[in-house]
Amino acid sequence: MAEFSLPANSKVGKGKSVKADGATNTKNFSVYRWNPDDGENPRMDTFEVDMDNCGPMVLDALIKIKNEMDSTVTFRRSCREGVCGSCAMNIDGKNGLACTTAIEDVKGDVSITPLPHMEVVKDLVPNMSNFYAQYASIKPWMRTQSPTPEEERLQSPEDRKKLDGLYECILCACCSTSCPSYWWNGDKYLGPAILLQAYRWLIDSRDETTGERLDELEDPFRLYRCHTIMNCSNACPKGLNPAKAIAETKKMMVERKY
Amino acid sequence: MTDYKTPLAKVRGLGSAKDGTHHWFTHRITALANIPLVIFFVVSFVGNAGKGHDEWVAWLKQPLVSVLMILFVANFTHHMRLGLQVLIEDYVHTPGTKMFSLIMVNFACILIAAISIFSVLRIAFGG
Repeated sequence: MAEFSLPANSKVGKGKSVKADGATNTKNFSVYRWNPDDGENPRMDTFEVDMDNCGPMVLDALIKIKNEMDSTVTFRRSCREGVCGSCAMNIDGKNGLACTTAIEDVKGDVSITPLPHMEVVKDLVPNMSNFYAQYASIKPWMRTQSPTPEEERLQSPEDRKKLDGLYECILCACCSTSCPSYWWNGDKYLGPAILLQAYRWLIDSRDETTGERLDELEDPFRLYRCHTIMNCSNACPKGLNPAKAIAETKKMMVERKY
Repeated sequence: MTDYKTPLAKVRGLGSAKDGTHHWFTHRITALANIPLVIFFVVSFVGNAGKGHDEWVAWLKQPLVSVLMILFVANFTHHMRLGLQVLIEDYVHTPGTKMFSLIMVNFACILIAAISIFSVLRIAFGG
């Protein structure tokens, strides 16, 4: 059965509290901590951050905590401008990118946990192996049979327009890890991020394997675990609509069958 | 036992079932058909509330009512069967329990349909 409560060794305890000495304008950041090497249960550490000397985004606060308060706090980050997707995490109960989530938009204490229902490597770092393997499984590249043209493959402006709202996906996994269907069946269900990417290749006018792509997706679990819950579209930090891409894919399935 | 399967091998698993569209589309179509049928069912039963046994039987004996009731039962149980199957696939992951639940749900829905349709026919054609 689906598990609705955490196993004993995953129950989250209360951790340490670190104060910002002498600061007057402060905000508390409650951060999920788990170390695979110490055999302890996960805990929530609280860091009081001096907001007069901190950047505006949640990622700024995390970097400040790591630099000045506890260097063992572990998280992924790279571009700090919403392009790389590395710092995806659950902030104040909502999946998002730490670098594009403003601290002032969070009322009260800021609670930060890893992406939901993912295996944790350490602290805020989830294991993305399954997610990336799912991406590889849809063969996310152009597949053609016709002889390679001498010059570029032509595409009309109208057909190029169909890729808008899809190509912008940065594969941060905020959508997939907000989806209950992906929580319960993430081993077999591809999830919104990968299905949006699959649709990006399904409607690319230059690709010649649309039928094979649909064949691969036509499965009670890979595609049809989507029950239009719409958490994906709500979570996407890039404002994309994976739920719509999935609906369009289902329409293609129906179109070729009936 | 250490599992040396690569993530890609696990994701590819047993491959695509090449199925699912029929189940999904039929679920939608039965949902559509349920709109008028459920309205008929609710309106009729609210309208007949408080009436005696003889009046109920006389009402159900009308050809149009009998046919609509059979359509309602058949469509409703079909829709229920498809929906409950999805529910079990979502939440039940223990292999044996999952297959057992799927079979039982299918049996139960077909049994409900058979008993209900038989009852309507018996009243419709009975003395």
